[in-house]
Amino acid sequence: MIGLGHFLTVAAILFVLGVLGIFLNRRNVILILMAIELILLAVNINLVAFSAYLGDLVGQVMAMFVLTVAAAEAAIGLAILVIFFRRRGSIAVDDVNRMHG
Amino acid sequence: MIALIAFYLFATVMLASAVAVIFARNPVHSVLWLILAFFNAAGLMLLVGAEFIAMLLVIVYVGAVAVLFLFVVMMLDIDFAQLRSGFTKNLPFGIIIAFVLLAEIILAVSAWKAGPVLTTGAPAPEAVEPNIVALGQVLYSRFLFPFEIAGLILLVAMIGAIVLTHRSRGDVRGQKISKQVDRRPEEAIKLENPEVGGGMKL
Repeated sequence: MIGLGHFLTVAAILFVLGVLGIFLNRRNVILILMAIELILLAVNINLVAFSAYLGDLVGQVMAMFVLTVAAAEAAIGLAILVIFFRRRGSIAVDDVNRMHG
Repeated sequence: MIALIAFYLFATVMLASAVAVIFARNPVHSVLWLILAFFNAAGLMLLVGAEFIAMLLVIVYVGAVAVLFLFVVMMLDIDFAQLRSGFTKNLPFGIIIAFVLLAEIILAVSAWKAGPVLTTGAPAPEAVEPNIVALGQVLYSRFLFPFEIAGLILLVAMIGAIVLTHRSRGDVRGQKISKQVDRRPEEAIKLENPEVGGGMKL
């Protein structure tokens, strides 16, 4: 039967894949944002699995808040990306530390 | 039995598409794999009975966030081949980090022992009301304040994104609100129907 451990394992692997994605695509901000979405998805799976396991709805409420923050983060991140690209003509994050206009 | 098969199917497809998100050469393909991963995660959440979160995942992620990603990837003219230059260089180190992290998480999960409150381990009691009803009752009573804050966060994100990406172009004639408000009837145009030969009175 499916237990809590199954879900925790899947979520752990997904989380690690997200971290690996950030490491591998260090220059590409879009892929980094997608990897962050994967990480947040893993967190959501954990929250929902625990919520179902304990019979407590608070976990699902928290998953909804995580979802909200993830959506806001994606919107703001992509907006920053767009203006960065407009100004620099590239999205390589190696030279983001140059903050002069 | 069918639930077990569904679980392994959803989990396998989700992890495989997460791998494809990271390793895809084309970012457009990455976004499409991300959508597949979200669909399968929604399936996983359906399996544990969190129907509302599953549908929310499909609507919010697939319907909004993934489309936003797709839009940005396609709108910006980016040389993605050049961005991948550090990929193979980072690969061994990244794999090492990933394995260490995974080992740590598995260690933590296997060493996990529930506190006194959580030691039941028994399956949750069968829900008497639908998931959405129960969630709504919790959300609008106990979590009303955080719920409002979440709405505020979304509002701030929306205004922030608009302010960040808006640019005023010089070649368009914008609306001058103060001029419109200042307008008086005396300076308005009036329609007249003068008599024949009477002429206009100015």
